[in-house]
Amino acid sequence: MAFRQKHLLGIEPLHPDEITTVLDVAERYVDLNRQADKHSDALKGLTQINMFFENSTRTQSSFELAGKRLGADVMNMAMQASSIKKGETLIDTALTLNAMHPDLLVVRHPHSGAVDLLAQKVNCAVLNAGDGKHEHPTQALLDALTIRRAKGRLHRLNIAICGDIAHSRVARSNLMLLGKMENRVRLVGPPTLVPQQFREFGCEIYDDMAEGLKDVDVVMMLRLQKERMDGGFIPSEREYFYRYGLDADKLAHAKPDAIVMHPGPMNRGVEIDGTIADDINRSVIQEQVEMGVAVRMAAMDLLARNLKASREEANGVMV
Amino acid sequence: MTIFTNARLIDPETQTDTLGWLRVEGDVIAESGAGTPPMGETVDCGGKCLAPGIVDLGVKVSEPGERHKESFASAGRAAAAGGVTTIVTRPDTLSAIDTPEVLEFVQRRAASDAIIKVKHLSALTKGREGREMVEIGFMRDAGAVAFTDCDHVIENTKVLQRALTYAKSCGALVIGHPQEPGLSKGAAATSGKFAALRGLPAVSPMAERMGLDRDLTLIEMTGVSYHFDQITTARALPALERAKQNGFDVTAGVSIHHLTLNELDVGDYRTFFKVKPPLRSEDDRLAMVEAVASGLIDVISSMHTPQDEESKRLPFEEAASGAVGLETLLPAALRLYHAGQLTLPELFRAMALNPAKRLGLASGRLTEGAPADLVLFDPDAPFVLDRFKLRSKSKNTPFDGARMQGIVKGTWVDGMRVFDG
Repeated sequence: MAFRQKHLLGIEPLHPDEITTVLDVAERYVDLNRQADKHSDALKGLTQINMFFENSTRTQSSFELAGKRLGADVMNMAMQASSIKKGETLIDTALTLNAMHPDLLVVRHPHSGAVDLLAQKVNCAVLNAGDGKHEHPTQALLDALTIRRAKGRLHRLNIAICGDIAHSRVARSNLMLLGKMENRVRLVGPPTLVPQQFREFGCEIYDDMAEGLKDVDVVMMLRLQKERMDGGFIPSEREYFYRYGLDADKLAHAKPDAIVMHPGPMNRGVEIDGTIADDINRSVIQEQVEMGVAVRMAAMDLLARNLKASREEANGVMV
Repeated sequence: MTIFTNARLIDPETQTDTLGWLRVEGDVIAESGAGTPPMGETVDCGGKCLAPGIVDLGVKVSEPGERHKESFASAGRAAAAGGVTTIVTRPDTLSAIDTPEVLEFVQRRAASDAIIKVKHLSALTKGREGREMVEIGFMRDAGAVAFTDCDHVIENTKVLQRALTYAKSCGALVIGHPQEPGLSKGAAATSGKFAALRGLPAVSPMAERMGLDRDLTLIEMTGVSYHFDQITTARALPALERAKQNGFDVTAGVSIHHLTLNELDVGDYRTFFKVKPPLRSEDDRLAMVEAVASGLIDVISSMHTPQDEESKRLPFEEAASGAVGLETLLPAALRLYHAGQLTLPELFRAMALNPAKRLGLASGRLTEGAPADLVLFDPDAPFVLDRFKLRSKSKNTPFDGARMQGIVKGTWVDGMRVFDG
């Protein structure tokens, strides 16, 4: 089985085979999670620390549940209320935690690259749960699993990622993953929110929803990240919804069996019409949440296997 | 009297690179020539390069306020080891150098501690806050060689217009940082594929041209003498060229980092490569090298900016900007020589002659009567840079571990040897 990573910091360093491996392992955890006894011992005896320097409910609880179902000891640290406020640097925080011998460190941070920096300073496996506007690899993996299950494949699909690309780490991880798996990715949104540089990654860029959604297999909506905006990206939410919000009329341009995705949390009536989000024939938004737990279990399982292997190797050398 | 024999004389004034000798009498250059040198005490240069000492415009010495990052003593040693015989210090200290009293303090510190020559820039506005101009007349009388708010762009154009008008009446040189402040606010990288990939807040390279255009308009209005500290983008060059052709008293510089590195060097968020303005594309870098060769860009500086480890061991967006450069300026510049892009006389025109001329200093040349500020270096000698061997108190160099060529064998200030390599 091919998965050689020490950390999961992003999609960028992953080989397509590694992506497939994560998804295959995750499939098994989807089955496990649907049983009455959802427990496995894959992470038994290991300690998982969730460090969230940015608010999160969904991702954090998904990681927490994933760890608990695999038998790890899980600790959540609300970093916003902690020593960061007292002036401790990120690296000092990392070293402090490292001294507690965690095995898996799940980190979210408001600055791009912060998780990479932290990973250099600790000797456990680090999972990036979102760093600034850079990457959110488990989100892209869970989206990939959702697409693969709904479409039966993860290649040669037309996929539109719509909305606030500029502020979105989800978009970056997704377009990289979908590109690696040989899909055609379109980015659709107002030019103030869609960096034109993404053309150089092989994406097609549209500022018109009807054109952008024409004949796509997957419509991925993104949340308008108002908290990251310093003003002036769009004139108003109502105009945004009128021009870029996903409603039945705009969705009609996509293929009849196109699925609708959203990483959540949704702004209903801003980027997506409530009836589309709730349409069980089109929307796979609830499925995404389910896949999230399974993918995170798979990622932590695979990283823990590599961690154990490297420790055994180190011990072997000592003997 | 000292005679430097068997030297490869790099003369930026005549743009020549010839074998010969050079005689120093006391603290000045007395004569030079080819053929048999006169009798006397000699320094055998062994065929290596003898050039005017580098005049580094825009060096940050962290006195007052942050002496743990760099002092006049440590900066002086670093400069001497890098072949820099005059440093021109920036006023972006804590607090800013904006009154004759603070200027007098740093002058006194420099005179007692630094083994090389030190000239000082003054802030243009009090506290570099862009509201009220400093006492330009008093500061000039006290020895400030030029006026600049460094990377703080004066946003209020009226304030800048008045400061430039007043500076003109005092005959003062003003140094500006061409950047549109609204666009560049919060930026840590140049917008492009790389910044998009890394998810870093980025500024369009056009922000530099917008800043340049505004300042050029004010130069036209006021007639002031003006120097742009760093031009780093190709799109800014045509406007600069036009201004020079139209006869405005305007010059421009570039940092050595923008001549030898590009945005991709940041790699996985390496904060030692975070500088201001951010590193540019390879196309921009090549355009800057060409502009130095043609003389459109006048000055190469190290933009020496010491930062302690703590201010760099942070996520990229939060990390401090700047890199030390006094000791790496010459070997980094020699990369351009070895790449065949610039000749040694062209390099020393930009690193010694032009900055000296712009500031009205007599150094920067090998001419008879010029101060005997000299650097002797082997342009070919290879080495691997180890940042912990730098003499600067701060070790934040982007060249750590880099293979470089060019070792300084000796540095002389006013005929006195201040470094023996």
